[in-house]
Amino acid sequence: MPSLLNTSRPPVFCPGCAHDRILHALDKTFQNMGLSGHQTVIVSDIGCSGLFDTFFHTHALHGLHGRALTYATGLKMARPELHVIVTMGDGGLGIGGAHLLAACRRNLDITLLILNNFNFGMTGGQFSATTPAEAQVGSDFLNRMEKPLDICRVTSSAGAAYVVRSSAYQKDLAQRIESAVRFEGFAVLDIWGVCPGRYTKRNRLTPQTIDKSLAKLPPADGPVAENTRKEYGRHYRELAADRKQAAPLLKIEAIFDPPDPVQQEVILLGNAGQRIITAGEILCFAGLTAGLRVTQKNEYNITVMRGHSISEIILSPHEIGYTGIEKPTVILALSQEGVDRRVRIFNQLDSDTMIIKARGIDLPSCHARIHQVDFKKQRIKAVNWALAALAVLAKLNKVIHIEMLQSALESKFKGKTLAAALDLVREVEIDH
Amino acid sequence: MALSLMEGNEAIVRGAISAGCRFFAGYPITPATTIFNAMLKLLPPLGGVCLQGEDEIASIGCCLGASMAGLKAMTATSGPGISLYSEHISFAIGSEIPIVIVDVQRLGPSTGSATRGADGDINFLRWGNSGGLPAVVLAPVDVKDCFLLTMQAFNLAEKLRCPVFIASNKEIGMTRESIDVDAIKKPEIIERAAPPPHEPFLPFAVPPGGQVPYFLPIGDKRLVRQTSSTHGADGYITTDPDEISKTLQRLKTKLLSTVDRYSFHEAHLKENADTLLLTYGVTARAALDVFKKQQKLGKPISLLILKTLWPVPENLIREKAAQAKRVVVVEMNLGQYVREIERILPGKKIDFCGQMDGRLITPSRISEVVDHA
Repeated sequence: MPSLLNTSRPPVFCPGCAHDRILHALDKTFQNMGLSGHQTVIVSDIGCSGLFDTFFHTHALHGLHGRALTYATGLKMARPELHVIVTMGDGGLGIGGAHLLAACRRNLDITLLILNNFNFGMTGGQFSATTPAEAQVGSDFLNRMEKPLDICRVTSSAGAAYVVRSSAYQKDLAQRIESAVRFEGFAVLDIWGVCPGRYTKRNRLTPQTIDKSLAKLPPADGPVAENTRKEYGRHYRELAADRKQAAPLLKIEAIFDPPDPVQQEVILLGNAGQRIITAGEILCFAGLTAGLRVTQKNEYNITVMRGHSISEIILSPHEIGYTGIEKPTVILALSQEGVDRRVRIFNQLDSDTMIIKARGIDLPSCHARIHQVDFKKQRIKAVNWALAALAVLAKLNKVIHIEMLQSALESKFKGKTLAAALDLVREVEIDH
Repeated sequence: MALSLMEGNEAIVRGAISAGCRFFAGYPITPATTIFNAMLKLLPPLGGVCLQGEDEIASIGCCLGASMAGLKAMTATSGPGISLYSEHISFAIGSEIPIVIVDVQRLGPSTGSATRGADGDINFLRWGNSGGLPAVVLAPVDVKDCFLLTMQAFNLAEKLRCPVFIASNKEIGMTRESIDVDAIKKPEIIERAAPPPHEPFLPFAVPPGGQVPYFLPIGDKRLVRQTSSTHGADGYITTDPDEISKTLQRLKTKLLSTVDRYSFHEAHLKENADTLLLTYGVTARAALDVFKKQQKLGKPISLLILKTLWPVPENLIREKAAQAKRVVVVEMNLGQYVREIERILPGKKIDFCGQMDGRLITPSRISEVVDHA
């Protein structure tokens, strides 16, 4: 196959730059594999490594510093047949650290070439995540306190299934890149090279010293046994194929007339664990059975099973505007925490508002009509108080009636849960 | 008639899927998380892809990659995530990558209050990109808007090749509401325009008389170049000031010159009404209550609800405000869009009613300002 180098844009790097060798090795890989430009995309980011995409006659996506792996992930998930090659410098490695770790953990079939030349060449030789502490760099003394990152160890620890430590000057670099591209999974090549423009102006680094340094490090030459596993995209599609179609959207027909055809506003004041939000939803469903417009606005803590839980429901024969409630028709006061959370509302109430309150809860003084129910005496568990309060409401023929509630429960629950809910509604007494 | 109960976030997801969205990547954040949840439930069974990125930057980055591969893509977050999206918003604007970005706003600044609503990101969405070029921002009022405007957002993103924001709000996104899904009149679906076949392809060349380049996906037989750098028609870096200027001017003009075609709004104009109430987002619901009440009281006012916020629908605003002597701008922030209204309507008395405390602005608060002429 012919070279995929871009004949209209011959590669230009500083004289002696290792990138030039890696570029030609990559082109040789493409030739050996018989790849065409349209089967391949080079994804790059900022810095000298970011010039790669322009020097090839392939698809190209050049983006922000350190983010190349994020674009590559989207591309590969959308087009699994594409060969996705990412080039990145040690600068992009540092900036995009989280993306590198995530790519290792995911194992999506992408080949990452890290063009590691130990500094930010393009901006003046500042230190990067791989700069040795003893190097002379463009950031004065700031690299001396920091330990350089061993890319191969980091990526292996993070789950990369294929890791290669290499010098840009190795004769078999093209073969090593080819093996990485052919590997089905995430493959990282940490390729060490010289940056004559910046780094070696003040530091001694040659192909020979690179070889010596590499020889001292634990080898990394391909598949990482403990990380061998299914490729992410293939695995994703397998698991996704097993997902069931979501249930069709629940639609509730209007079959009843509401007790009172005016706007009704209900606030449920309770606790997490009292199924307040579910009760609010059931109340909304009940409204829908009478063709009412409904809104439900909830407030709860970030904690589960602890803290207040509040639901505000509006049922109206007309389109609903404002979704807040300033003067409720009914308050269901089911926990002290819930009441305390909305303590401000009580002094605004008059006798138009009815409060259905569980016995044992202290209300602030107010002018609302209060209807007390002793749920404990009726041996109803706290978890069912909200539903029981809706049953009381329905039995008082206030806001909803009992058929609306029963029909709502039939929309919400099935089987044993439905039977238990209907039993509860039947048995609740409206005591006073 | 059959009604469903749906929160705004779910309506956005259903609107997106109806518009052809097949790629979503997001990162959990209250109050936008239920968009991610619903996408995860609905997209994979349709053969689409839903990913959880390692962070917000990755999430939108994945979407840009998928969009360049030809899929309709969406991401969703709240204010803190929009901050992290910023560099990729700039990329999408400058490199004309279609994407829909949902901001379910919460009270800021910064991490603010996760479970409290606000419209505090309205100017941030417009101006939060390097270079300051315009983007499209649509603001839903209710659950139905969430569905419809998301469909429109995809259409605009595909047609104009740009990011389109949905400026939602916790108070819409997480509020459930009755909706008659079967009664929704869906707009026609618009797809990216492909170039004529068998011709050489330049990724940023604009067809004669047009303002938006043809699109080919990465992976097509013809090679595609995409770059975040300042580029010419061929997708390579350019330093030619004339070419740069032409492209950047086009990025601005392609939106500003077409906004009249997508100035979504709702206008209730009353003859002889001196006051025009102007608002957007969830606050429009309270404003509509005030409008109706004033009507009943025999003191009618006019009401303009903007659903396209950016680019500013200047012609629409001027037209609808023509009769008014006074414009009351109501916003769930301490004064952002009101600056645009002051700019557009220099001859009129502009009053501002704002609130930023995590609560909805009540109809009575708006009435106070309306009455206090």
